[in-house]
Amino acid sequence: MAADIAQYDVVIVGAGVVGCAIARELSKFQLKVLVVEKELDVGMGTSSRNSGVIHSGIHYSPGSLRAKLNVQGNFMFEELCKALKVKMSYIGKLTVAQDDEEIKTLYHLKEQGEANGVPGMEILPPEKMELIQPGVQGKLALYTPSTGIVCPYTFTIRLAESAHLNGVKFLLGTQVTGITRDGETFQISTHRGDRLTTRVLINSAGLYSDAICRMLGIDEYKIYPCRGEYLILDKRFGHYLKTLVYPTPHHGKAGLGIHLTKTVDENILIGPSNEYVEEAEDIRTTKEIMGLLIEEGKRLLPGLSTSDVIRSFSGLRAKQTPPQVGGFKDFVIERRRDYPNFINLVGIESPGLTSSPAIALMVKDLVGEVLPLVKKEDFKSEIPGMVGYFHEQPEELKNELLSKDKDYGEIVCRCEGITKKEVMEAFQNLLGVKTLAALKYRARVMMGRCQGGFCLPRIVELLRKEFGVSPQELLLHKEGSYLFTGYVR
Amino acid sequence: MFKDEIKRDVVVIGGGPAGLAAAISAKEVGAKGVLIIERDKRLGGILNQCIHDGFGLHWFKEALSGPEYAQRFIEKADQIGVEVMLSSMVMAIEPELRVHLSSRKGLLKIRAKAIILAMGCRERTQGAIMLPGTRPAGIFTAGAAQNLINLQNIMVGKRAVIMGSGDIGLIMARRLTLEGCEVLGVYEILPYPSGLPRNIQQCLVDYGIPLHLSSTVTELHGQSRLSGVTVAQVDEMRQPLKGSEKFVECDTLLLSVGLIPENELSRSAGVELDPISGGPIVDDTLMSSVEGIFSCGNVLHVHDLVDHVSEEAEKAGRFAAMLAMGEQRPAREFIPIRPGKGVRYCLPQRVSGTNDFTLSLRVISPMKDKRIVIRDQAGKKLISKIYPRLHPAVMVRIGVKGEKLAKVKALEVEVEG
Repeated sequence: MAADIAQYDVVIVGAGVVGCAIARELSKFQLKVLVVEKELDVGMGTSSRNSGVIHSGIHYSPGSLRAKLNVQGNFMFEELCKALKVKMSYIGKLTVAQDDEEIKTLYHLKEQGEANGVPGMEILPPEKMELIQPGVQGKLALYTPSTGIVCPYTFTIRLAESAHLNGVKFLLGTQVTGITRDGETFQISTHRGDRLTTRVLINSAGLYSDAICRMLGIDEYKIYPCRGEYLILDKRFGHYLKTLVYPTPHHGKAGLGIHLTKTVDENILIGPSNEYVEEAEDIRTTKEIMGLLIEEGKRLLPGLSTSDVIRSFSGLRAKQTPPQVGGFKDFVIERRRDYPNFINLVGIESPGLTSSPAIALMVKDLVGEVLPLVKKEDFKSEIPGMVGYFHEQPEELKNELLSKDKDYGEIVCRCEGITKKEVMEAFQNLLGVKTLAALKYRARVMMGRCQGGFCLPRIVELLRKEFGVSPQELLLHKEGSYLFTGYVR
Repeated sequence: MFKDEIKRDVVVIGGGPAGLAAAISAKEVGAKGVLIIERDKRLGGILNQCIHDGFGLHWFKEALSGPEYAQRFIEKADQIGVEVMLSSMVMAIEPELRVHLSSRKGLLKIRAKAIILAMGCRERTQGAIMLPGTRPAGIFTAGAAQNLINLQNIMVGKRAVIMGSGDIGLIMARRLTLEGCEVLGVYEILPYPSGLPRNIQQCLVDYGIPLHLSSTVTELHGQSRLSGVTVAQVDEMRQPLKGSEKFVECDTLLLSVGLIPENELSRSAGVELDPISGGPIVDDTLMSSVEGIFSCGNVLHVHDLVDHVSEEAEKAGRFAAMLAMGEQRPAREFIPIRPGKGVRYCLPQRVSGTNDFTLSLRVISPMKDKRIVIRDQAGKKLISKIYPRLHPAVMVRIGVKGEKLAKVKALEVEVEG
């Protein structure tokens, strides 16, 4: 393909939430920045496959990067989401203790939270827990009002779009296959035959961050993918959760325990589970875990039945600790002595989403140690558009928009109430991603209870009519994920 | 752009077979403003994609294709002046019979004297049956595939497995075969098929497509496009039997694993639902628990024949019109009807005792030479009918005379013998 050698100031490998947050932060400066991503869209890995929780920062030891970046990132979310037009809400969280052992842990978490600078924490007796979340069972709970929720893939996409609007380039569907150092620069080759050179290289490849390290001969890191499975429940349960409810974590476990999480779109997630897997692509869901999750869900949500499940999914944590060790290791965010122009991020698992804005600031400073950071005069902080979907807008705005464009009046996705206009805008997205999953993640079509049974044929019809898309070209999510084999006759 | 409230006698939500028949009958009975609100660009609903024949054998005494069957109703509706709004979707219904809708003309509010719910049903999905494995392309519900193939000329795959033996899956097994796609088999978790016997014969047996009973798909494989599925036999508890797993290479999986009445709007209006049928609880006038809201067709309960939908809808339309015109007052006291032994659900769930009505029911499993018995509160048999064959796929319909219910307080229907 592109045989020319393209030169950049900064190349970021990996367009997850961290890579995109870094890209947006660097787009404030006069730098030529490129993001290279192996998937066809941003945020297709761990960033879109998690609980979507903005953590408060009680879980990590004071002084650790995780503690610091979590708390700092949490504070940054509200303003950032406002600029990026992303729905978020600080709905708070109850961490509930069931016995004396767990109560001890609660007090420890509170102390830890205080040391980390987590605001507004309270230890609550059952009658006060009940006021916050009716029906919650437990002896005592730690309430953290600064815990929030956000849609993780919308957030990632908007970070990338904002970066793109401010001049960052995205090379999607492109896998880095080799990296060599040539004096002060890095040479990067890709599976499509691109030759890129850059002065600063940033590794935010998540589950593949160790593989990127190995390309440079750095062998000290190994990622152990640890899978978390989830079930997504019908929206009619959304109102049940006023806040997030977690069990008290137990020492040595890899995650925070199976819990219910409300999403900003009113679904409830049950999960995540915790199993180490061999491969960084193994995002299967399993009968065993789904059975366990539905049982746990029935315990936590009276009246829940299997038919309320609308989908299952799983995501992988990029763990640095092998199965026999478990637990957490601190984030690695370093500018290497052996490669001063290489900024290396390894093991950014939970709370990676929450920390991403703070990680971006930290990485920006590391870049500043190598390259001069000159602010752009014309950086656009806000991106155009509205927060949320058309049907969520106030009546007057809906009427106004509809009077200007009748496509807002035509519903394509009946379960989620998504209009033709929104589907068309999603297809014309800034990053130029043309997969069906890109429409899902941007316009929420096919994400409701019918899972596309009703709207898939209508979307295909719309894409053919409005954009001349031929059905054989359509991909679901990945290279090779063709939806149709041709015409009938 | 704000529109003043529009007023209509009868508002019908959905322009498929149920909505059409209901609107026509409401209009014929004498209701003045009868309006159908349809979210698609055309009337006819799911019939438009059902290009096979076999529709209308009861209603018209001839075999029609889906579009032909729909067309007869569409023309009639047009002739008698039923009003239609297309590409318009109802977003909410208030219990006070106000309908909120979204259309290219704007966001409208319509005040009705009676509302008929005729939204049909949706297909159960891969998520709802918690099918494990990967998430590749190539998995479709049978109805979505039918739409793509029959209405858009798009071919979905080359080697297909069909999960579930619902009628649409059976029809699609034949359709795919006719279009050169190899259909490797239909896997049904139950020990008997879910679709109509005539479809088993005409769509599978006649084409040599194997039907595997007590078998199911247990895992999906493939990262980008489906590369195959694991199938396994199941025990009486529907759990896969260890050692019976087999990998079947295929690029397409069609799901025909059940239909769910689409009642989200009904919920918004506060309509009480029957957890078994999945549709509103109705009386002998097909009125729901909310006064003035009626329901018919697949939104009420999933039918196997469209002819029965038309018949049921005609009745709903008539009673809705009579209520709207003030010619019928809703009953205040009801005789409850309970499904007893061997009956999965029955409908209506309660009757006034003054009208003749049709009792619709489904049995829980296939049976031979049994009686269906309707008893009163004292156990006295009011009706007893012999059936040589009973099958869950085939809805049983029994006419009941109102005059038989003079002193009846409660009814129960069960399978006997």
